[in-house]
This record gives sequence, structure tokens and C-alpha cells, in this order.
Amino acid sequence: MKLIKLNASVTASNEQDAEALRARMKEAGTLLVNVMSSPGSGKTTLLSRIIRDLSDLKIGVMEADIESDVDARRIEALGAKSIQVHTSGMCHMDAGMTAAAWEAMETKDLELIFLENVGNLICPAEYDTGAALNLMLLSVPEGDDKPLKYPLMFQKSDALVITKTDAMDFFNFNPEKCRQSVLKLNPDIKIFPVSAKTGAGMDALESYLRESLREFT
Amino acid sequence: MHEMGIVLHLAKTLDQTAEEHKLTAIGKVVLQVGEVSGIMTDLFTDAWDYFKVRHPVLKDSTLVLETIPAVTWCDHCKRTYETVKYGKTCPHCGSGETWLQQGNECVIKEIEAE
Repeated sequence: MKLIKLNASVTASNEQDAEALRARMKEAGTLLVNVMSSPGSGKTTLLSRIIRDLSDLKIGVMEADIESDVDARRIEALGAKSIQVHTSGMCHMDAGMTAAAWEAMETKDLELIFLENVGNLICPAEYDTGAALNLMLLSVPEGDDKPLKYPLMFQKSDALVITKTDAMDFFNFNPEKCRQSVLKLNPDIKIFPVSAKTGAGMDALESYLRESLREFT
Repeated sequence: MHEMGIVLHLAKTLDQTAEEHKLTAIGKVVLQVGEVSGIMTDLFTDAWDYFKVRHPVLKDSTLVLETIPAVTWCDHCKRTYETVKYGKTCPHCGSGETWLQQGNECVIKEIEAE
């Protein structure tokens, strides 16, 4: 027996897969956006709104869930290319699964693909999916204390979308307190308060997505 | 659920290592796990025993877990403290301007193999 010193990250193989996928998607001219949040924060509703508003772009959605295809059917009804990924009990998507889902979409023509990750504020933050942009959603009813409880996801995200701002009057959500604690964790994060229902704040978020697409490809 | 994902990646990484170093059998695998990495060590070892038999190189391996204590650095008073005991607030000066210095790792330190 010989001793081999490795000092390698356990997820080293995933990190390699993620880098490879990012390079291939850049070549194809596709921006992959990893969308993370807790269940019920409004991921599918937000994406439906974006698909309608950015109708000049070719958009696809990967729906990752442990069960069912209700989200994929909602997206398909809007005319966007969508694919349902079942994670067979796994609490997150990794780069290998994401690459397989992209292959299964059978098109390399899309400009923007949203990966709707499993609803969970913990595990998805720990795995690089190969996305070029990490977007996190926090809905007003969840409360402004989430950055304190789940710091990693706020640290890993490029942008935070605060959803359901139309419900602000009914909940004890302090936007300034939330902003302060998020910036403490991640000084570079962009914050977009929106309501997919009324359309408030959607312009800024959609311009940011267009700009990110231009910069990446 | 979470442990299963990590175990799958660990097995894949070790398979690649075995190929690179032309190893036929891996014995001991020493893993360093941070105190606040969220990994449940009992569950992790169970998951490992379940998966290792599917990989010929790994079937007789044993997992040894070493804990890395969690330490937080305070930006305000420039001192460190035990994360698990005090959390986000510095016990020396009460500041919240604190950062985890170590304790979130999951690293393969070394392996014994032939």
C-alpha cells in the first residue's frame, strides 16, 4: 500500500464537468441561468412572465423536480422549449445532470436557458451546475431574515430577485433590512425587487438578463 | 439526500484518481469534513458503504473522517472565535462583521492504495 496525498475537493469531478459545460454553452451562444429558491417562491410564475416579455429571444427552461411535470407543462403552454428533469430523490442539480438535460433538449439554437433548480435553499448552492449566471429568488412572504439562515446561497448568487412585492403590505418584510444583510454576505450581488403579477420592477431584471447574455456570448 | 450526492461525487473523483495513478485497489480514504459543512458523518459512512461495492477499485475501502473545527474571523476586532459556540456575533466585541474562516470544507486529504 502506498500513501497518496490528494487534498482535492470531493466535488472536483463536478467542478470539471461544470467548467466544460460552461465552455460548450458559450460556444453555442447560450446563456444558462441557474434559478434557485425555496419551494413556492414563484420561480415558474416569474419565468412565465419573462418568457412573455422577452418574446424576441429563443428561451428554453429545464425544470428540475423530484416528482411530477406540472411546471414543465406550464412553461410549454407559453410556447417555450421545456424539459422536465427528475432528480430521483436528489436535492439538487449537478453539472453532469445539467449537461444531460441540455443534450435531451435536442437543440443548440436557444439563446437563454433557465434551469429551474429543485426548490431548496441549501443543497443547490453547493453544486456548480455549469450555469454562467446564478439567480436566487426570495419571496416577500418568506421573510427578510432568510439571508441570516441560509447564507451560502446568497453568497453564491450573482443576483437576488425579491418576488411577490405586491404582497408587501400584508407581510412584515423590511426591504432595507433585507438589502443590508444580503450585501453584508455578498457586496457584489445585484438586487431586483419585482412583482411578476403587476409587472413592477420587471424592466430592470429583464435588462439585466439581456445585458448578461450580451456579455457572455 | 444531501450525503448521497456527495458520496456519488467522491466515488467519481476516486475512480478518476485510480485511473490517473494506475491503482488497482484503494484502502483507506481520509476525508476532512468541516464542522459546519452540514455533513452528517454517520449518514455519510452508511451511504459510502452502500455505494462503494459498485466500484471495483473502492469495494474494500474504508472511510476515515477527520473533523475540521469551525473558526470565525471578526473584521471589527481582528480576532477569531469558535463558530459553533457563538454563531455570527463576535463574543469579544459583539460585532456582526464576521466571516467563516474554516469549517465548511469537504476535502479528500489522502488515500492508501496499491
